[in-house]
Amino acid sequence: MTILFYLAPISILLGLIGLIAFGWTVKHGQYDDLKGDAARILYDHEQDGPEG
Amino acid sequence: MTATAPEDFSAFVTHDAAGGAGLELMVRGARCAACMAKIEKGVAALPGVGGARLNLSTGKLAVALKGAGADPARIIAALEDMGYEARLFDPAVIQDEHDKEGRRLLLALGVAGFGTLNVMMFTVPVWAGLFGQELQPSTRAVMYWFAALVATPCALYAGTPFFTSAWTSLRRGRANMDVPITIGVLLTLAMSFYEIIRGGGHAYFDAAVTLIFLLLIGRYLDHQLRARARSAARDLLALQASVARRLDAAGHERAVPIAMVQIGDRLAVAPGERIPVDGVIEAGRSEIDNALISGETRPVAAGPGARLYAGALNLNGRLVLRAAARVQDSALAEIGRLMEAGAQSKSKYVRLADKAAALYVPVVHTVAAATFILGWSLGLGWHEALTRAAAVLIITCPCALGLAVPAVQVTASGRLFRAGVLVKSGAALERLASVTHVVFDKTGVLTEGRPRLLDASPQSLALAARLARASRHPLARALTEAAGLGPVADDVAEVPGMGVTGTIRGRRARLGRADFLGLTGEPPAQTELWFGFDGEEPQRFRFADALRPDAARTVSRLKALGLTVEILSGDVAAAVIPIAEAVGVERWAAGMTPLDKAAAIRGLETAGWRTLMVGDGLNDAAALAGAHASMAPGAAVDASQNAADLVFDGEGLDAVVLAIEVARAAKRRAMENFGFSALYNAIAAPAAVLGLVNPFVAAIAMSGSSLVVTLNALRMGLAGARR
Repeated sequence: MTILFYLAPISILLGLIGLIAFGWTVKHGQYDDLKGDAARILYDHEQDGPEG
Repeated sequence: MTATAPEDFSAFVTHDAAGGAGLELMVRGARCAACMAKIEKGVAALPGVGGARLNLSTGKLAVALKGAGADPARIIAALEDMGYEARLFDPAVIQDEHDKEGRRLLLALGVAGFGTLNVMMFTVPVWAGLFGQELQPSTRAVMYWFAALVATPCALYAGTPFFTSAWTSLRRGRANMDVPITIGVLLTLAMSFYEIIRGGGHAYFDAAVTLIFLLLIGRYLDHQLRARARSAARDLLALQASVARRLDAAGHERAVPIAMVQIGDRLAVAPGERIPVDGVIEAGRSEIDNALISGETRPVAAGPGARLYAGALNLNGRLVLRAAARVQDSALAEIGRLMEAGAQSKSKYVRLADKAAALYVPVVHTVAAATFILGWSLGLGWHEALTRAAAVLIITCPCALGLAVPAVQVTASGRLFRAGVLVKSGAALERLASVTHVVFDKTGVLTEGRPRLLDASPQSLALAARLARASRHPLARALTEAAGLGPVADDVAEVPGMGVTGTIRGRRARLGRADFLGLTGEPPAQTELWFGFDGEEPQRFRFADALRPDAARTVSRLKALGLTVEILSGDVAAAVIPIAEAVGVERWAAGMTPLDKAAAIRGLETAGWRTLMVGDGLNDAAALAGAHASMAPGAAVDASQNAADLVFDGEGLDAVVLAIEVARAAKRRAMENFGFSALYNAIAAPAAVLGLVNPFVAAIAMSGSSLVVTLNALRMGLAGARR
């Protein structure tokens, strides 16, 4: 059963990485304009505008 | 940076810490990906503009300015050339526009989701009853410690919105729904720690964090609904920071924000513009449409010395106005104060969920306390008694109650949104469901709010239209609309307040008031125009404000719903009576000032009526704010849209009936959900008191009840999709 002491922390760690990534996307406003971002991906040219 | 931008617009330019300057504009009509690319490219190409980014969800365009030559007026003009209406945002109003609260809730939801999933990894084996067979009890203890390690920080972080809300509510001496949630979660965690330290088997870590996760879903839905409404209201507020055109000593026009206008400033008002602040005409003649202020549809002639009120529409002559009041002291301000008073009385409304909480909290806490005291005194031992009391709090925790109302309101407002009705808050839907009396404004609500030509011979109409096309007067526009596209007369000249003259096929013709055509005997009625060639008998064109096509049907459907209907109009009785008869309304009042309307609504409310006010004008704003519930058409003035609980788009009044029906259905669903929660608690609480609840039963029962409540709410959305 000692394997549990390796596997359980590893699985929690993987989950934490996902959670941190999610926190990063929230903090950078990736959910502020879902409609706009869905459309923006269709255009090649990228502009350096201010954060909408 | 500011020095390079024109001085007039400095109030609209924001500066960030990095030294950059920017502007924010509200762009209307941008809906698709192509619009977005067009707008961003077009604006970025203007001189002095560093870049532009459009938020397609909110219609907000952020423009970064760089170097010299940035001209906000040019940006607006460029957008208008592209076919989009654009207005500058007043930065004072849009401060803190980033939705911090929403981001915090979303993050909390993420943490609670992470916690829920990972705790299950350790508790499912326990539920499965593997211990004591292949696995040793010591392994079970390890599993529980892992669960505690994951669940405790997650529950404490993700639960903060509930904890702070409960604390605020308790400090005010009241208990809202968050108080039992907080007590339940904290007690659950404490009990579970005690259990695993003792080596017992009753740890509820999974229940605590799952509960928070499910509740956060409801909280987040509710927040999204309110955020959408808040941003709509704030957009309207920001848009009111429009521009007045001030004349300097040399007579040059400069656009300034209305808030910067001082008493004594000379302002230019072009035909078709609204009067920015109260003032006295210095030069120019025109006709003034006071419909927004008094509700009267007849334009009034005004010349030098006449006093005009903010919000009135200048119809056909350029005016120079000397400001007699600042914007906050203008006639509008009195209406604004009334609106505030109305909004305050509305904020006293107690929402359904809070009413339920007021009933629920004492009952559940009494049962839990009784379980502990009785259990202990009947010889259960204090530990077992406390475990059962905690089980009561956990299993009756208002998971379903917390979701019952937000889930219903989000589906209901989503359904109305698809039908073109914007709901500003969940509380508005609840209030709308309970109205008993509907009050309509006449102009612009029951009628289309603009004159229509009644009848005319096609030949004379075609001739008169040649003159009418040169004028912006509402009657001339109605005539043009009836005639369609066509040529314009030569040598057209407009005499403000009188009419238009021009040459048609070499002959001089006039279109305008009776006395403009030399008819002295006729009384100067304002809902008619006369047209004639010099030396010929003039012809008359008559106009009337047409009823909306579905007005009569709407009134009869409202009556069928058991509501009484009334008309309150600022117009004269002679104009109100035919409308009231045509739509079948017996109760009406004419000649009402804005204050009369607000007072009438207050009177009805005190007499026990629950009123729904439907109005569009500035004269309705105070009544809208004071009524139990209120609706305004999308064509209404900003102040009215701001004051109303619901804003509906489009031509039809059908939206009023639909909104009431959906609101009532939503209330039914919410009550069903409450009923279900009550039933669930009636079964679960005794089970917990008798000690029949273990962690597995608690987790299944709670998630199950939340699921049922959510599915019941979604039924509303399905009903809408089938229609």
